[in-house]
Amino acid sequence: MTVTARPTPPELSFAGGFDPYVVRDDFPILSTTVNGKPLVYLDSASTSQKPNVVIEAVDTFYREYNANVHRGIYTIGERSTAAYERARATVARFINAPDAHEVVFTRNATEAINLVAYSWGRRNVNRGDAVILTEMEHHANLVPWQLLAQERDGDLEFIPITDDGLLRLDVFEVLLRLKPKLVAFTHVSNTLGTINLVAEMTEMAHAAGALVLIDGAQAVPHVPVDVQAIGADFYAFSGHKMLGPTGSGALWARRELLEAMPPFLAGGEMIREVHLRRSDFNDIPWKFEAGTPDIAAAIGFGAAAEYLMTLGMDRVREHERELTAYALDTLASELPWLELYGPMHADLRGGVVPFNVPGVHPHDVAQVLDRYGIAVRAGHHCTMPLHERLDLAATARASFNVYSVREDVDALIEGLREVVKLFGEPVR
Amino acid sequence: MDDLYRDYILEHYRRPHNFGVIEDATSSFEGSNPLCGDRITMMLRINDGVVEGVGFTGRGCAISQASASLLTDEIKGKPVAEVEAFRADDLLDLLGIDISPARLKCAMLSHETLQKALAEADETAPAASVPAERAEA
Repeated sequence: MTVTARPTPPELSFAGGFDPYVVRDDFPILSTTVNGKPLVYLDSASTSQKPNVVIEAVDTFYREYNANVHRGIYTIGERSTAAYERARATVARFINAPDAHEVVFTRNATEAINLVAYSWGRRNVNRGDAVILTEMEHHANLVPWQLLAQERDGDLEFIPITDDGLLRLDVFEVLLRLKPKLVAFTHVSNTLGTINLVAEMTEMAHAAGALVLIDGAQAVPHVPVDVQAIGADFYAFSGHKMLGPTGSGALWARRELLEAMPPFLAGGEMIREVHLRRSDFNDIPWKFEAGTPDIAAAIGFGAAAEYLMTLGMDRVREHERELTAYALDTLASELPWLELYGPMHADLRGGVVPFNVPGVHPHDVAQVLDRYGIAVRAGHHCTMPLHERLDLAATARASFNVYSVREDVDALIEGLREVVKLFGEPVR
Repeated sequence: MDDLYRDYILEHYRRPHNFGVIEDATSSFEGSNPLCGDRITMMLRINDGVVEGVGFTGRGCAISQASASLLTDEIKGKPVAEVEAFRADDLLDLLGIDISPARLKCAMLSHETLQKALAEADETAPAASVPAERAEA
């Protein structure tokens, strides 16, 4: 790693194993104050905070070797190209992709899913063909398929959920009789935190002859992801939720699929040879990376993946499982009137805790919490159909990351006490 | 004292005025802020160019509910022309609190919904009762 200016390699700071309080020192924003109170950041599922190694990787790029990639025959151009491609290799290693060329850089998971919907979808989904999704999808893994189905006259089907937010695999089994072309589902729900049985579901889909796309945006920051072990065909994720810069994301797909797919965006970089009336396209992954990419974001993405691998994703998962169990237990016991949603067992969920204070709109909850420096999300979290299914207008959501600690949960509980002090004790 | 959640705002939220379905409404409109999940139905009973009766139903945050409560109090018994001239800005003055940009939509939902209910009344009313200078308000 030569792209960061960090004096000691990150390995050394965690020599004693995973300690979230040591990890916190790597995140400068966590020592800032908001409205006179220390920032309690509980909105990591929207976007995560960034460690020094990522901030410095971006900073060093712009200060020392900012140059376009794959173009300049000069030193800093070669250095930026090398760093960009090294970041790709690191991200590939992070998800255990067999080949770094199977990783296409995108702006975010949304763009990765759209790439598949436009490029693969418009070639392979025809009139009457089914695409199976789930009731818990983020709009990013729903709306692109709606557009595709409308355009190609295809059919969308949905795996329903149970009341506590688990997928009904018995219904999935039945839906597979439709011989769908594709099954697309989230690895970890951004709203309920449910960790889906991705390997089992992939096997079921493959047995029915379908390809599988997994939305991994909420999984990569929190659980070890091995795309080969899962066996999926497409895996879309974002970098900015896993400690990387905004503007970073990726699509992993099996080589033969990417090679057969037509380009998504056209322009520079994605071509080999251009004539006035036709062009030959570049090899993968560059075929899908038209125009100057967000080079700094990609390099920062690589630094984030390296940082998480140093922490160890098994240990990250264990930390968050433990913290989620603590949050579910203490929220329920300290605030018995609080409504909690999703699977109540931390083994089945990532660090996402949606809730409601009865009689108080989540916007008001978030507004009051903000006064105490506590950042939570309020609204529908880009899952309107899921909220409809659960008969909820909106929810507030606390979500964790590697730097989250029990004190954050304790601060949330105190903040929620202030909410009810202002609005009156809820009746439940 | 709380800058945003003043006592009268919370009072209007807890016990909103004019909340409920009214009899013989001559027009009604349902407005929503899909992003927040706020939803309000505004019902008017207009007689002889006067807003004789007004009611609203729905659910939402304290700001959107208090704003609807205050607004309906304000317009009850007023001539339609006067109600149509009541601007969003006037509602903000009526609320009397500093609204952050993120919450502006909450505060404005009742006003927008009212305007649409009035427009619906215009469409169904005889043309003569629509004052020309208010026709596009």
